[in-house]
Amino acid sequence: MHEKEKSLVDAFVRGQMDRRELIRGLGALGVTATGGSALLNMAMTQAIAADFDWMQHSGKSIKLLLNKHPYTDAMLANLDNFKQLTGMDVSYDIFPEDVYFDKVTAALSSRSSEYDAFMTGAYMTWTYGPAGWVVDHNEWIMDSHKTNPAYNWTDMLEGVRKSCAWNGRPGGELGSDDAMQWCIPWGYEQNNLSYNAGMLDKAGVDVPTSLDELLEAAAKAQSGNEGIYGIGVRGSRSWATIHPGFLSAYANLGEIDLNISSDGKLSAAMNTDGSKAFHAKWVKMIQDSGAADWSSHTWYQVGTDLGAGKSAMIYDADILGYFMNGGDNAMAGQLAYAPFAASGNGTPTPNIWIWSLAMSKFSKDLDATWNFMQWASGTEHGLFGARQMDFVNPVRQSVWDDPMFRDRIAKNYPGYVDMHDVSAPGAAIKFTAQPLFFDLTTEWAATLQKMVAKEVPIAEGLDQLADSVDRQLKDAGLG
Amino acid sequence: MNWGENYVNFLSDPDFWNTLQVSLVYAGLTVVLELLLGLGMALLLVRRTRLNNFISVMLLMPLMTAPALAALMFKLMTNPNFGILSYFMQVLGFENFRWGSDPSTALLTVLMVDIWVYTPFMMILLLAGLRSLPTQPFEAAALDGVPRWQQFWRITLPMLMPYVLTASLFRLLDSIQQFDIIYALTQGGPGDTLMVFQVEAYLNFFQSTNIGRSTALLIILWAITFVLSNLFIKNWLRLRERARGEI
Repeated sequence: MHEKEKSLVDAFVRGQMDRRELIRGLGALGVTATGGSALLNMAMTQAIAADFDWMQHSGKSIKLLLNKHPYTDAMLANLDNFKQLTGMDVSYDIFPEDVYFDKVTAALSSRSSEYDAFMTGAYMTWTYGPAGWVVDHNEWIMDSHKTNPAYNWTDMLEGVRKSCAWNGRPGGELGSDDAMQWCIPWGYEQNNLSYNAGMLDKAGVDVPTSLDELLEAAAKAQSGNEGIYGIGVRGSRSWATIHPGFLSAYANLGEIDLNISSDGKLSAAMNTDGSKAFHAKWVKMIQDSGAADWSSHTWYQVGTDLGAGKSAMIYDADILGYFMNGGDNAMAGQLAYAPFAASGNGTPTPNIWIWSLAMSKFSKDLDATWNFMQWASGTEHGLFGARQMDFVNPVRQSVWDDPMFRDRIAKNYPGYVDMHDVSAPGAAIKFTAQPLFFDLTTEWAATLQKMVAKEVPIAEGLDQLADSVDRQLKDAGLG
Repeated sequence: MNWGENYVNFLSDPDFWNTLQVSLVYAGLTVVLELLLGLGMALLLVRRTRLNNFISVMLLMPLMTAPALAALMFKLMTNPNFGILSYFMQVLGFENFRWGSDPSTALLTVLMVDIWVYTPFMMILLLAGLRSLPTQPFEAAALDGVPRWQQFWRITLPMLMPYVLTASLFRLLDSIQQFDIIYALTQGGPGDTLMVFQVEAYLNFFQSTNIGRSTALLIILWAITFVLSNLFIKNWLRLRERARGEI
């Protein structure tokens, strides 16, 4: 790097000039935007090395188990900086999502020391944590010798950070004072509306702001556009059908999955009058305006149908709408975004999915692995990913506050930043943390399939589900 | 959980009985349908001509396709937006035919894939059996003026029975352990419509991390397979002895 460029970038990193001055200055020196970003990234890597001995594990190697994902791509694009910063070597295996969690389960249940850290979802740690397969990361976060003083743990969005922490007691509040930090948030997804603005305009439909309006808008959008369906939501026989739009709307209407008694016992709460009313509307929405093959729809079909112009909107992960608005998708550039509160009160409380990083209890060198963990979840890498790659949604407030990131998103993804800002305060995991999470939510999805197929009336189906849930909770000693 | 508790729990677990029923129905239907179709095709191709040899080789092509890939192919063909099978159903007057998404047609959909993949297996074994039968009994029956259908029932079928049993046994053992076609198409749904042993065990292990229940399910599946294969083998030995005129 030439001295003039270097001093400009260093001044920016020290906060002595703003972004516009930096761009202007680099432009005057003939540096392109891409070149400028690279210089900035290098300077930031040098800056984070200032107050912490990143080289304390130099020469060591760690191995990661990763899911094929844009977050992974962003990390790999920046990995050389980590290696340069720490003198460590990093190897990894990457698997597609279809088989990824099978690999994780196989590695952890066999107590394999092959992988030091891996990607996970917060829900999975409700199994991994109590089983003793992952560590409580608080031990490292709170240790000033092991963690960079600039790591700024509380910069992580509170709802996201707390959603990765659980005390292991069934029904225990997420993020409580006695909670173990089973994973470190990396990137996350809120569940809101992504819609095809042209299709809604053509059908004369306003963006819905309540569940009733959503049903009406989906039906109108479908009838007002030929050959499409109104709304995409997941429907496969999987827990993953429950956690996105479905639970976000359910929770926003004040419904819960499980009751917790004063003595800590759990019982089903899916068959209340309010829950039955909600299910009736949700089922009607799918029957009237959902995909014909809804019961096989995973996140993939929900996203790609929006991108291909086969659906007018989706109530699912916001990043699906983000990715479908670019690349080779037929509808690229035609999608827009809106926060959604099913109750109509204008305060969204989306359930969230958090791609997180966790250290395996069976790692042979947890301290060295933590070096990678804190770098990958740190502000500098977050900024790199958000500005230059598709590392959305970041989990740090400082990254969301970054003007360069906000400008980029606002320019190409209309409404996305506002949607996030409005929803973030209420965004958290809305499920009750307990070890039977996957069994109960998968059964919930199977019941939903039966109700949509009219195999069972809604009230009866929910009563049956509640009976089954109660029985399983009792058998497991939780109810 | 105490040793053996999973097995005791199965007795009062409606999900287990549903899994047992679905697995047996699926295995029974696939074996019977593939046997009938395979036998029909083998009978049509039994004469050794160049055309028949060519057709029998071509009919083996689906067997070269991995079942999971076949399931994904059919998933595309039954897609309501662009699937060719959905289009044909529309032409036939079945608007909005939902294939694997509807509990009333889900079994039919996975059977269709299984039959497409595995009928050639039945066909090739039975064809080999038919072509290896001695010609003298048929020549004698023809001289005596025995009608063709009686020749089939009284000579062909009894002599072919060891082959029928062998082919059926192989298919039964495979079918009752079905996983890839069902999982790729419906994940065991809609509801619990297609929740066979292997899918249930897989979900228990990898999704719920309920390793004990998953293992118990697979042990039960092993026991069913063991009993069925013993029954088949005993019958196969008896029929082979009969075919040799030993009993």
